[in-house]
Amino acid sequence: MTRRPAFVLWFVLPSALTAIGLTIAMLTVLQYSVRAYVPGSLDVGGFTLDNFQDLLKSLYAQAFFNTVSLSFKTALFGLLLSYPLAYALVRTRTGWLKSSILIIAITPLFLGEVVRTYSWIIVLGSSGFLNSLLLAMGVIDTPLQLMFTQTGVVLALVHVTMPIMVLMLATGLSHIDPAYEKAATSLGAGPIRAFLTVTLPLSLPGIVASLTTAFAWTFSAFATPQLIGGGKVSTIATLVYQLGFSSLNFPFAAALSVAGLVLTILLLTALKRMTRSLNTVGGH
Amino acid sequence: MTRSNRDRWFGHAGRLLVGLILLFVLLPTLVVIISSFSSTSVLFFPPKGWSLRWFERALAYDDFRKGFYAGLIVTAWASSLAVVIGTMLAIAIHRFDFRFKRLLEGVLLSPLFIPHFTIGLGLLMLVAQLDLGRGYALVIFCHILLVLPFVLRSLYVSLHNLEQRIELAAASLGASPLRVVWTITVPLMIPGLFGGWLFAAILSFNEFTASLFVTTQATQTLPVAMYNYVREFADPTLAALSVMYIAVTATLLTLANRFLGLGRVLNVEGAR
Repeated sequence: MTRRPAFVLWFVLPSALTAIGLTIAMLTVLQYSVRAYVPGSLDVGGFTLDNFQDLLKSLYAQAFFNTVSLSFKTALFGLLLSYPLAYALVRTRTGWLKSSILIIAITPLFLGEVVRTYSWIIVLGSSGFLNSLLLAMGVIDTPLQLMFTQTGVVLALVHVTMPIMVLMLATGLSHIDPAYEKAATSLGAGPIRAFLTVTLPLSLPGIVASLTTAFAWTFSAFATPQLIGGGKVSTIATLVYQLGFSSLNFPFAAALSVAGLVLTILLLTALKRMTRSLNTVGGH
Repeated sequence: MTRSNRDRWFGHAGRLLVGLILLFVLLPTLVVIISSFSSTSVLFFPPKGWSLRWFERALAYDDFRKGFYAGLIVTAWASSLAVVIGTMLAIAIHRFDFRFKRLLEGVLLSPLFIPHFTIGLGLLMLVAQLDLGRGYALVIFCHILLVLPFVLRSLYVSLHNLEQRIELAAASLGASPLRVVWTITVPLMIPGLFGGWLFAAILSFNEFTASLFVTTQATQTLPVAMYNYVREFADPTLAALSVMYIAVTATLLTLANRFLGLGRVLNVEGAR
């Protein structure tokens, strides 16, 4: 670190203003969450804790449960599907194959939630691709109900979070020297054992980073649960939107957001703790 | 012999698994492409006939056109400002010490885990309370917040890889710190700047959840217009628009891969 010249302050100023803007916006959420709702008006009443008491009602508790369970399932299935892809991406030596895997795996990342969710509506609908295929093959007699179910939402969410998981896992895997695995193999370990005892533990930081991101993304996802869940699968995100824009109950929407944020922080901290103890077990 | 047979078997099983996963990733895209050429407004598989009418409708639909232009305005401003703000901060953080450094960095990286709807809601309520209008400035500020963490990350990587001895050499030859930054650091960061800008632009152009909260009819970006369309109509117009989206994105990425080496930009090149 060098001595601090005067211009550094000017370099920091724009980002400081940006950070202050974000902080004030978050404080506004906090402030609204303890205000009373005035029906039919955007103005808010006096200070109250009623909003947080209302969160305990079963409808809202269900949304919390749905959100957490969707996040867990998405992160888990996402990891199971993303890891082999990331591994193949990093270890493939054929140039065109590597580029193809990369392009196929990450193009969805740049398509946005709406386009991808819409694609899944066409795949999952009752006269959609999957049902038509299964009916034509004679596997089923009546269309499967996939739209408006949690299964459908998880399928689409896994697809939405996979590209970023593949990227994060691949970044982690690319920093592991293949020589380690080769050393294990030359010392007599089979490919599975070499993978389980060498590569997998070394890629743990990438796994944790990708799980954390998948978690945060699912928590934040709105279009997917809203369109594929169709009101049958309510999450914190869909409830906040309904409360804000349909009933203009901004204080309650704010209280839900605050509770959601606290939950996110708790879960992410727990995840970090868990991996730290995993690392100790692994002897790192 | 049995050993190598087993290895080969694992190799084949692995390739099959990767192939199936790639198929899962590709499936919705393939289905969307097929449905966009369907002639009926209710979707069946396989489509009962073929036509290009949904492409015509997608291009002619007013909200999509407006959304596209609004999106371009927001994306151009947000990604460029984020890169400028991010570069200045990244240089300050990486090379100098100042008070509240960690706090500032922490606040600016927090949108990575704060749900987008919370940020959108907060900004919406803030402008309501201050009686400010919901114009482009609000949407642009919102997008800057959301893309800045990604910009900072890519700038850190390029600052980290930068040969600091060149800067020290310039300084020892008598260049002032500002001159060192301007003539050495920034030019050497250009690839990273470009990568960060591209990433920010793509993310901003596609951002949906927070935009839904902070945009109005006048400033709604393309993803918001598309969302409103799906809620009202079920015809394949959106499939046609999606196909154009996919074609442009895949072309851009393939070009970026050819000329920039996407693996290097995204930091997934294997250690050799």
